[in-house]
Amino acid sequence: MTAAVANGHATPARGSSPGRSLVLRNLRKEYTPGKPVLLDVSVEFAGSGVTAIIGPSGTGKSTLIRCVNRLVEPTGGEILFLDQDLAKLRGRDLRAARRRIGMVFQEYNLVERLTAIENVLCGRLGYVAPWRAWLRKFPAGDIDKAFELLDAVGLADRAGHRADALSGGQRQRIGIARALMQDPDLLLADEPTSSLDPKTSVEIMELITGLAAKRNIPVIVNIHNVELAKRFAQRVVGMTGGAIVFDGPPDQLRDDHLKQIYGGEAWL
Amino acid sequence: MATTVESPGIRREWQRFTPRQRLIRYAFYLVAVAALIQSINSVDIIPEFLEDAPAQIVDLFARMWPVDWAYYPKTVHAALIETLHIATLGTVLALIMAVPVALMVATNITRWPALRLLGKFILVSSRSVNSLVWALLFVAVFGPGGLAGTLAIAFRSVGFVGKLLAEALEEAHKGPVEALTATGAPWLSLMLKAYWPQVQPSFWSIALFRWDINIRESAVLGLVGAGGIGMALDDALNLLYWDQVALTLLTIFSVVIAAEIIVTYIRSKII
Repeated sequence: MTAAVANGHATPARGSSPGRSLVLRNLRKEYTPGKPVLLDVSVEFAGSGVTAIIGPSGTGKSTLIRCVNRLVEPTGGEILFLDQDLAKLRGRDLRAARRRIGMVFQEYNLVERLTAIENVLCGRLGYVAPWRAWLRKFPAGDIDKAFELLDAVGLADRAGHRADALSGGQRQRIGIARALMQDPDLLLADEPTSSLDPKTSVEIMELITGLAAKRNIPVIVNIHNVELAKRFAQRVVGMTGGAIVFDGPPDQLRDDHLKQIYGGEAWL
Repeated sequence: MATTVESPGIRREWQRFTPRQRLIRYAFYLVAVAALIQSINSVDIIPEFLEDAPAQIVDLFARMWPVDWAYYPKTVHAALIETLHIATLGTVLALIMAVPVALMVATNITRWPALRLLGKFILVSSRSVNSLVWALLFVAVFGPGGLAGTLAIAFRSVGFVGKLLAEALEEAHKGPVEALTATGAPWLSLMLKAYWPQVQPSFWSIALFRWDINIRESAVLGLVGAGGIGMALDDALNLLYWDQVALTLLTIFSVVIAAEIIVTYIRSKII
């Protein structure tokens, strides 16, 4: 197993901001007791740049990323981010920490019956009082920012359209705008391109990595498309069976590693 | 050339039911027939009255005709308006009371079993008591009139609305909820922005449906003194003024039809 782990961590391309780094220590998750999905994973993510997590379905990639913002409750271990252990937070503190972490989902997870701009504004729900959200009285600054983000993802003309009237690629753009609306210190993306066609997938990855780089936000992206991972990430983490078996820059990823990560070789 | 032909082999038999299943089915038929005979015996049908029935029906209709139209402006109109008020206010009150109970019962919102049990208890007690019985209780407490009727309608409707609303909440997609949780949204914002848009169509559909039912139910509440057109019907029946009974029944019939048309129209417009 150790043989496949590439020598040393990849150094991020740009100057890393240590404040935004994420450290997982012995992260463990068992959905059913005694059957761990994550086997005490320890890994560090630098405060900038794009890290792609690759691996077969059901190997714990999604669980790993969801443990970070506690959509999934870890069974054990530490999640160190912004000088606190996210695994220990509860209630108000947990919500405050979640505001700092944006997330993009495979199925977009937009509120279908709300308009595009309202979905983007939902990124501010951690900051805006519920009654203001209910009355749709978002602060003017938030509305300006929402329009700027719609411009950035190229959907300003769709602001008033309901989310269920948009195409898959457009929905994911709204999902990205919503995540960036949080002004996050970390961007998580859980298979953001799996429901999209190849061309749109590339566009979405360009958008995620480009917008995050401009804001110097570190990105952790789960992706099972190895080509996309190599193309957009400065670092690739390969997982199989709930453990990390490769960690290094994309150009060090060899067929041997892929064989170990995905099993078999007929597909290569 | 290798030709694969399924050899006929032994003849395979197929029967829909196993002998055991067949036995159970015959036993069921037997019990059903026995129950039917037993119940016919126990209702004590008096043959003379049964023979007499067609003549009685003709007689009843004869006494109902001509309909006493003058009774409408005198009594029925005011009673009808009261019935509509009872049904509408009762429905609004029921919706307000049902929302917290539905939130208590929905498994994806309330994780605490004791609270869910309490909510289910409220829903079941509301539904297991007929609105006429609720009306009798409230007439005893508040005296006869529209207030008792409104509360009877509301308390009977809570169970219905609460149950359907809880089911709608449970069917809400998890994705948007997850996404808004990830933004750090507090509980109330999740309810308003992740759940409410998803259950909104069901909510209005349930509200209209229940209003439609309540129009019908509130029409009979007057029989126990809880206000509305039922009181006019009760008076006419007690005084054997069949022409007035006919008018009241026609009025109820028209209002129910009208409510049905309105509900269908609004439903097609908003949902």
